[in-house]
Amino acid sequence: MEKQMSIIETSHVSYDYIRHDEEGNVEGTMRAVDDVSLSVEAGQFIAILGHNGSGKSTLAKHINALLLPTEGCVVVDGMDTAKEENTWEVRRRAGMVFQNPDNQIIGQVVEEDVGFGPENIGIPTKEIWERVEESLKAVGMYAYRKYSPNKLSGGQKQRVSIAGVLAMHPKCIVLDEPTAMLDPSGRREVIRAARALNEVEGVTVILITHYMEEVIFANRVFVMDEGRVVMQGTPREVFSQVERLKQLRLDVPQVTLLAWELKKSGLPLPDGILTAAELTEELEKLRSSGADA
Amino acid sequence: MLRDITLGQYYQTESVLHRMDCRVKLVGTLAFIISLFIVDNVWGYLLAAAFLGLCVKLSRVPFRFIVKGMKAIVFLMLFAVVFNLFLTPGTPAVSIWRLTITWEGIRMAAKMAVRLTLLIIGSSLMTLTTTPNHLTDGLESLLNPLKRLKVPVHEVSMMMSIALRFIPILLEETDKIMKAQIARGADFESGSLIRRAKAMVPLLVPLFIAAFRRANDLALAMEARCYRGGEGRTKMKPLIYRRRDYLGYAALAAYLVVAALIGRILL
Amino acid sequence: MSDKISLKLEHVSYIYGADTNLPVRALDDICLEIPEGQFIGLIGHTGSGKSTLVQHLNGLERPTQGTITYDGQDIWAKDYPRKQLRSQVGLVFQYPEHQLFETDVFADVCFGPKNLGLEKEEIERRAGRALELVGFPKEFYGQSPFELSGGQKRRVAIAGVLAMEPKILVLDEPTAGLDPRGRDEILGQIAHLQRETGISVVLVSHSMEDVANYVQRIIVMDHGRVLFDDAPHEVFSHVKELEAVGLAAPQVTYILHGLRERGFDVDVRATTIREAKETILQAMREDGKC
Repeated sequence: MEKQMSIIETSHVSYDYIRHDEEGNVEGTMRAVDDVSLSVEAGQFIAILGHNGSGKSTLAKHINALLLPTEGCVVVDGMDTAKEENTWEVRRRAGMVFQNPDNQIIGQVVEEDVGFGPENIGIPTKEIWERVEESLKAVGMYAYRKYSPNKLSGGQKQRVSIAGVLAMHPKCIVLDEPTAMLDPSGRREVIRAARALNEVEGVTVILITHYMEEVIFANRVFVMDEGRVVMQGTPREVFSQVERLKQLRLDVPQVTLLAWELKKSGLPLPDGILTAAELTEELEKLRSSGADA
Repeated sequence: MLRDITLGQYYQTESVLHRMDCRVKLVGTLAFIISLFIVDNVWGYLLAAAFLGLCVKLSRVPFRFIVKGMKAIVFLMLFAVVFNLFLTPGTPAVSIWRLTITWEGIRMAAKMAVRLTLLIIGSSLMTLTTTPNHLTDGLESLLNPLKRLKVPVHEVSMMMSIALRFIPILLEETDKIMKAQIARGADFESGSLIRRAKAMVPLLVPLFIAAFRRANDLALAMEARCYRGGEGRTKMKPLIYRRRDYLGYAALAAYLVVAALIGRILL
Repeated sequence: MSDKISLKLEHVSYIYGADTNLPVRALDDICLEIPEGQFIGLIGHTGSGKSTLVQHLNGLERPTQGTITYDGQDIWAKDYPRKQLRSQVGLVFQYPEHQLFETDVFADVCFGPKNLGLEKEEIERRAGRALELVGFPKEFYGQSPFELSGGQKRRVAIAGVLAMEPKILVLDEPTAGLDPRGRDEILGQIAHLQRETGISVVLVSHSMEDVANYVQRIIVMDHGRVLFDDAPHEVFSHVKELEAVGLAAPQVTYILHGLRERGFDVDVRATTIREAKETILQAMREDGKC
């Protein structure tokens, strides 16, 4: 039964990049993803954390059949991505948004860009227009439909890219570091759009990032390092292991870090505090119990 | 500096010309250019100017904006005019030093100036009222018969529209890299020609690398969105002729006939 | 030469597209002084004018109004050697690795000093010192810059500016696009080289957290104006005003303000985790006593 629920299933996936010398001969291989098995349930918000070079982006490209595993297999919505006849349907069902907002918008007008995907999969004209409208509305960019992408901010461009994927009616969206090149307000815009997608449209979202504040809303977090999944669990579970995260030299949200430091100094606080409100509440509890004692 | 070129950049507004099928505009521009070379007298040019004036009015693009965009090619026009002014043989009108201006030269130069002005306004009016994307769509559709000759019409038009999308981005990038190298003491403005050519290396290498990186990213993004060539693709904005487009063709035909009659035969 | 060299901006304004019908006032009456040896954070959201300001500091852009003086001399005076100025005020652009072009790392870093017309020996000495200051490992000097990791590329690019031995180093968002590890390493390295050389560093950023940990002075920009110019804890005490212009104080500031509202006796001027921990612990201890 559980198999039915999962939309993405990777089993023992490994991927080797092949290095060539100047004459094009194979010089060696570099294992970017190493024996990764994970499963994502439909409708979840998943976050994958890790450094540059941890293999998270390579793994992401497997979900969209842009890369095929060297070993193991990836199944998206019941389809093996390695089978050639599945390629286009896999890409339609699992869309992808990339890091650089300038390098993924094809159209010269916002609405034309959003229509690009549906055009490619042969949707009738009238329906394309309906899809473009609903997708742009879903990310809050409908008012900008006649704009040139060059006139938009980074966050707005990324929202247009999300709409472009949404218009293909995918079951799942992979966002590959969509906020890495944005400023704080752009980052907030994009994360808000991604969350709305997940909550309102019920699309499964896989967010790849190295900003910790962005993942505290996720249902499940995977942490990658050197091609492997080294930690997984709910955000609270993951962030309660501050030592381990520091060892991996990943960021911990400042609140969590402060709570952890306070605990180390002797305040009996619980692990994995994620928000300022939680910390305040816990400190208040401590104070009143201290006053009672 | 590089961003100041506005010649023929799409001007966003609502008008009959903006809504008109781009094929009509493409054919119309071609016909207008031909008409400029058919007519050979004042009345003909007046008619052409009147026709163009009507089109500008219909387009709702401010005339000021069109003229501003022409600044970039004034030099080219001056060159053509001066060239004609001095180098046309015939009856001398004025003689300055070794240069002689002939009556024929004056006539020729005036004709040239009028023709070029009309031609440039006419063709920029097309790009002002048509998005580059529509333009490539129109070209693709008009060139469709060539598909039978195995010409990759769809691919070429896709390449054109992508190029158009990335020109402003690359211009901005050039500006940035140039400033960054100037901040490192680079000098793009002085020295001999060879020195200056050499000074371009620190600009061109990063620019090419950036362009390739973008191309690579874009190819991946297009693949991820199921792009696989023109086959099986539908169109969000298919080209369909409407009543106003047929009217447009009719007006064009009428203009061409009248222009030929006035400009060549009758007068 | 006076012993205190400084860069001074007096009533500087800059207007984009002055000849069009849509002129934009990118800088509006800026008065600033950047003295020797200071570590300064320049903060503002996208479009606040901070990038435009930065390009005025080394004479890449010319102010529409106002004057900029370096070491007492107007940098837009007729015969002022602006090329020289650019070696004195080093500017590292955003994503500086995009400007790398040479076949190996060392040659690329030599580009700046070479443009200054120095002797070969001096050029190489400076390049070596700059690479050392950014912590770039010696064994990779001969490598192509394009084969390096993102963080290493950025070090090389920063060294490329540092090799001109500027008195003021301006870095426009030096951590953009880096992961947390790369960000901490670069910021740490910049702080280290600032201490080591004693030059002034202007760190442009939109991250309050990054800046709070390192700098001694913060300049906040909004709409082309200087909104605040003060010590970090003074600037961050204006939480409401910062938020109104789309900026946020460091997260710890919010926590402390929250605690203060609930009656905790904490010092809200703390900006780093360490300071926050101290003041919270103290407040808790005092509460425990009574």
